[in-house]
Amino acid sequence: MTATVAHVHEGTDAPYALSHLDALESEAVHIFREVAGEFEKPVILFSGGKDSIVMLHLALKAFAPAPVPFTLLHVDTGHNFPEVLDYRDRAVAKHGLRLHVASVQEYIDAGKLRERPDGVRNPLQTVPLTEAIQQLKFDAVFGGGRRDEEKARAKERVFSLRDEFSQWDPRRQRPELWQLYNGRHAPGEHVRVFPLSNWTELDVWQYIAREKIELPEIYFAHEREVFQRNGMWLTAGEWGGAKEGETTETRLIRYRTVGDMSCTGAVDSDATTLDAVITEIAASRLTERGATRADDKLSEAAMEDRKREGYF
Amino acid sequence: MTSTTEQFADLSATTLLRFATAGSVDDGKSTLVGRLLHDSKSVLTDQLEAVERVSASRGQDTPDLALLTDGLRAEREQGITIDVAYRYFATARRRFILADTPGHVQYTRNMVTGASTADLAVVLVDARNGVIEQTRRHAAVAALLRVPHVVLAVNKMDLVGYEEAVFAKIAEEFTAYATGLGVPEITAIPISALAGDNVVEPSANMDWYGGPTVLEHLETVPVSHDLTACPARFPVQYVIRPQTAENPDYRGYAGQIASGVLRVGEAVTVLPSGRTSVIEGIDALGESVDIAWAPQSVTLRLKDDIDISRGDLIAPSSSSPATTQDVVATVCHVADQPLAVGARVLIKHTTRTVKAIVKEIPSRLTLDDLSQHPNPGQLVANDIGRVVVRTAEPLALDSYADSRRTGSFLLIDPADGTTLAAGMVGESFASTAETTVQADEEGWDF
Repeated sequence: MTATVAHVHEGTDAPYALSHLDALESEAVHIFREVAGEFEKPVILFSGGKDSIVMLHLALKAFAPAPVPFTLLHVDTGHNFPEVLDYRDRAVAKHGLRLHVASVQEYIDAGKLRERPDGVRNPLQTVPLTEAIQQLKFDAVFGGGRRDEEKARAKERVFSLRDEFSQWDPRRQRPELWQLYNGRHAPGEHVRVFPLSNWTELDVWQYIAREKIELPEIYFAHEREVFQRNGMWLTAGEWGGAKEGETTETRLIRYRTVGDMSCTGAVDSDATTLDAVITEIAASRLTERGATRADDKLSEAAMEDRKREGYF
Repeated sequence: MTSTTEQFADLSATTLLRFATAGSVDDGKSTLVGRLLHDSKSVLTDQLEAVERVSASRGQDTPDLALLTDGLRAEREQGITIDVAYRYFATARRRFILADTPGHVQYTRNMVTGASTADLAVVLVDARNGVIEQTRRHAAVAALLRVPHVVLAVNKMDLVGYEEAVFAKIAEEFTAYATGLGVPEITAIPISALAGDNVVEPSANMDWYGGPTVLEHLETVPVSHDLTACPARFPVQYVIRPQTAENPDYRGYAGQIASGVLRVGEAVTVLPSGRTSVIEGIDALGESVDIAWAPQSVTLRLKDDIDISRGDLIAPSSSSPATTQDVVATVCHVADQPLAVGARVLIKHTTRTVKAIVKEIPSRLTLDDLSQHPNPGQLVANDIGRVVVRTAEPLALDSYADSRRTGSFLLIDPADGTTLAAGMVGESFASTAETTVQADEEGWDF
């Protein structure tokens, strides 16, 4: 300790300082490698959204020049943006990865899940997700969740133990000390792992810009036919569209998150480049989820309740 | 390049400060955190609206900023903070990760959790009450975890007439106590979290105070250390061997540098085997470099093809640590089930997990008065005690005083995987001699 106190450097000019992005990147890579070293069958949840794209990018860097030692899993709600599914498939092909798809639509068609009256499918993802984890015997499941997204996620550990029912019990979490992650689990249990825990939305965008990572185009401003429901701009699709009293109009918009089309709203934006998006995010007075997610508005503890049931 | 890109370039070059807050239940910790987030414009409209909505539904006149940090149903119901929450905010100069730790006595383990990764701890006291038992407890945990910087925030100065004498007395008493425990740097700041004095904006009510505001201090306190002064430590996490057509012979040792600096050409020793080699190359996430330092995640390539696997430690041959199977340490017990003498456990140290047995528990520490109780037989939740652990295989340990990363470990229950205790190798406090003198003067019972 004396050494660290006696020889400190002032400010950011220190010769051995790391920028905040380098520090976050280094931490995330460490987490990927810990999982690769300690688990039998990890999987990355990959939706084609920006957080999972950043996760995949970090995993590629962590194991280069070897391939990523994980498979991918996508829980397809059946109402995903076509541009995002296209990106997903191209990414899988480009990096020679293996993708498992758990389909909400198949569960509905088989009568194992029932469509909600409001048509929102995000909460329906939990069953296909947890059953895929059990059937394919994954013991570590990487998610792109960030603690800055939502107040229940702010309480989430980097390594989050789930029981055989995939449940999260916030009062029985293991304390997480230093960088010593405890991934011990019984057969049937698994660990959710969140390498982007300490990243904010702005960090993700800055990193995407720095690393020149390609994204699905719906993240950038474009003209699109949308209609308004519950204060959000939605895109019509196979999932449904404007009802009586809701009118469709063409607006210049972009998406801050990509999820199920029925509950992911667009924001008015003229940001067509990464720089413009970063400027927009830095100035925004709304959180990512508050601006664009209907499912989090269902109740004060919506996310906590879904996470308890096995949501990511 | 556009001006936006330049701004972004500046922003990405900022450093990251991890800090933890500690305070008793009514010291105004949530208000301070809320004020820091609010005044640094890190609370967004929809979050504030949610807080206003819930506050109003409870019949409160003003938004309760504590609701920003209490994320669990049970916390909101009980109006207390149960678990560590992590908060993120930024200024033009720095990014911050705040571990907001609960103040309740029964949640000492949570302060330990928050402090384990913190570069700085903010200890809050109520100016009307001064240094109390809980303040000493927080100072002791910060000292035990060797948090490099401690800020004493003397809160509620508005309730003591912004009197310099009140602040000076508390600052002096705290500094004497914390320095005695070996806390290397203490900054005392008089504040009113409620009124906003000296949190983000300098106070017009305390012109006698010439120091920084809380935020200004957080923005300027140094976070990087002179790592050339610490010997390099590289725990091997994973061996990268592609065996592909393009890379038939690549063999790299992936890991995060735990301390110090590594250079190409450096002679290294691999522990516990003791085999030696020379660093042939360093791959820093796709880029080949000549030098790398903590906490960078890199991949090392060595000149010789020697047997190295996860759990091994690579260190400079000139300053490699000794290996041992007898670990003497201070532990904070974090589980509900007790830890008894004779317990068979797992010890996780860096990337290595080995079987171990608890041989002795020589003493249990009472944080309130730093008294030692000899041979308690077992430790229960939130206890801090000395332990002697015998490991099945040798470990390359450093003293926690030298490295928080290679001097720390977990004890794990092999039966159910529970994290039992957080361990720190070597001496508990940086300066125990002074503490003993103080203790004698006040007649504490050892």
